[in-house]
Amino acid sequence: MKHKIPPTSTKPIEAAVPFWRDAGKRAIAFQIVALFIVSGASYYLFSNTQANLARQSIATGFGFWGKEASFEIGESLIRYSAADTYARALLVGALNTLKVSFIGIILTTILGSLVGIARLSSNWLVSKVAGSFIELMQNIPVLLQLFFWYAVFYESFPSPRQALNPIKGVFLCNRGFIFAIPETHSAHAVMGWMFLAVLVGGWFLNRWGYQRQELTGRPFPAGRITAALALFLPLLIWALYGAPTAMNIPELRGFNFTGGLTVSPEFGALLLGLVLYTSAFVAEIVRAGIQSINRGQIEAAKAIALRPGQVLRLVIIPQALRVIIPPLTSQMLNLTKNSSLAVAIGYADFVAVANTTINQTGQAIEGVAMIMVVYLFFSLTTSVFMNWYNKHMALVER
Amino acid sequence: MKLTKTLVLVLSLCLMLVSFAHAGKDLDAVKSKGFIQAGVNGSLFGFGMPDAKGNWAGLDVDTARAIAAAIFGDASKVKFTPLSAQQRFTALQSGEIDVLTRNGTQTLSRETQLGLNFVSVNYYDGQGFLVSKKLGVKSAKELDGATICVLPGTTTEQNAADYFRTNKMSWKPVVIESTAELAKTFFAGRCDVLTSDASQLAGTRAIAQNPKDYIILPEIISKEPLAPAVRHGDDQFRDIVDFSVLAMINAEELGITSKNVDEMLKSKNPVIQRFLGTSPGNGKSLGLDEKWAYNIIKQVGNYGEVFERNVGVNTTLGIERGLNALWTNGGLMYSPPFK
Repeated sequence: MKHKIPPTSTKPIEAAVPFWRDAGKRAIAFQIVALFIVSGASYYLFSNTQANLARQSIATGFGFWGKEASFEIGESLIRYSAADTYARALLVGALNTLKVSFIGIILTTILGSLVGIARLSSNWLVSKVAGSFIELMQNIPVLLQLFFWYAVFYESFPSPRQALNPIKGVFLCNRGFIFAIPETHSAHAVMGWMFLAVLVGGWFLNRWGYQRQELTGRPFPAGRITAALALFLPLLIWALYGAPTAMNIPELRGFNFTGGLTVSPEFGALLLGLVLYTSAFVAEIVRAGIQSINRGQIEAAKAIALRPGQVLRLVIIPQALRVIIPPLTSQMLNLTKNSSLAVAIGYADFVAVANTTINQTGQAIEGVAMIMVVYLFFSLTTSVFMNWYNKHMALVER
Repeated sequence: MKLTKTLVLVLSLCLMLVSFAHAGKDLDAVKSKGFIQAGVNGSLFGFGMPDAKGNWAGLDVDTARAIAAAIFGDASKVKFTPLSAQQRFTALQSGEIDVLTRNGTQTLSRETQLGLNFVSVNYYDGQGFLVSKKLGVKSAKELDGATICVLPGTTTEQNAADYFRTNKMSWKPVVIESTAELAKTFFAGRCDVLTSDASQLAGTRAIAQNPKDYIILPEIISKEPLAPAVRHGDDQFRDIVDFSVLAMINAEELGITSKNVDEMLKSKNPVIQRFLGTSPGNGKSLGLDEKWAYNIIKQVGNYGEVFERNVGVNTTLGIERGLNALWTNGGLMYSPPFK
């Protein structure tokens, strides 16, 4: 349309409306100004920092990654010694953070759901116990709880030489909880793969069963069959490999136990503190989610003769999850972030390792930046997964 | 234009502030302030810690007092800022404190990369191991497989790792940020060994329920020359801090104590006369009152007195002079001539 208007006539009109009166152009102008301010400020901060660091001849960059770390780390999922590089030390720290967050999130979700459901129990005692648990855990700062559990671990358990030995191969002392594990054998890997294969097969079986029920109305017990196979098939493989029973039993040698698997007091205290604290919040979220379901839904479900378990599984939980998942995600992120309090009780998480790195290399800016990037990565990954799950669970509107 | 005028005014004010910050020498700033702001440990018994009445006490605290006595003729003109191991150098760099007397180890990287100067050493320390007597360990060489409590933010973690690697032994660290929490953990038996500077180990042992249950192993695995530090940029102030430390050492060598310093003023010995300012010169060279060394000794004491008062054998720490004896007694404490 525009091109039809002769240019002579448009000129005076454009002149009549100056650009600062034109909302669209003004918006663009503001954007450009904002962009300049932000990039100018970033440039100023960056160059200023660079200049200051150069003036004080403090090294910059990530060159230290390849240098020898020359400090020990208390516990590690991968092989590590003081002769390894800073990069590997930081990886050890990141994996330790991942370990405590991952196990913590799973345990928190389970415990929180149980307590949340117990809070709604018609049994007076169960409901009150759950209620007091929630109030107690929610209202004590988590750092205090960590100190408390850590003190419980190191104050109340005996020294390694007087370790408690409730059953053969299991020891409890102030160095942690040490127990026997099966000696490594080629059968274990095969058993693991078989277990995974059964789970994948189970997923397809479940889908097929669901489709059959849609078509014919006859349900198929896919869950039970998968569970039975997941238990039985690995055992069968174990038997085929000649049923290896050799155990790696911990024994006291010198100062400490060698062999077996050790759960350190630091890890135990951190996990316990984080799980108990966060699960109180999760319990409240679960309770709120369940209570958000209209009573009529439950009555209707009962009216069509669903059993109480089925009412919970088929009617309440699928709807409640939609209310539960978003705040649950935020609690999971809280747990991950709170795991950085590990520094206070000596668990070698990422922050602890990064702190030592900063102290030894003097490169605080890089160190803090790495801490931010690692937590951002963990949080975003959790968030992306939970958002996907949330979408999957959301009500499909027609 | 009013706006332009205001802008110019504001800009010039900013410039003035900036130039003040740069031109103001540390010594001038301290003098106009009327006191010295000293960074100290805050929780290290014998070196820097307030006593039950809230009065600061310790070897490092007395060193800061000596500097105040030299500049103002009054050892009480000093204020203390307790700092953690990780905060200390930043506090000095940023000008929050004037001098750092906080059991800091002088190292090449700190001297070159942190923009500060260490002065003469006021305590020669070294990293050691504290163990429970119940373990029956007599030497650090027997610590293979031990669990060891260490404090982060110091050179300790690295020293320990180096030592165990050199001796092909394995160990497990428990790294806890707070000194108090670390000590509690050690006493509860979570670790077999506590490692730190030997002076700190003595301090930790002193607060144990039964100090006799613990011993410090004979091996000292590192050199830790602890020295006060100042910022780059004011050499005169640096000299004053340096010679305040040295004056205490020199006084001990000359046999001058806080008790006999007044009699010593009448001494015929030219070395003592020069030192105490009865024959003038030293004070002028440093830009101080001629009585500066007299004031240090009169109000704070010589190095031996300060050592014995804070950490010596008659205190709860019970540390022998060892390396910190005068060079004439087989130690390392040595002062250049005051002339």
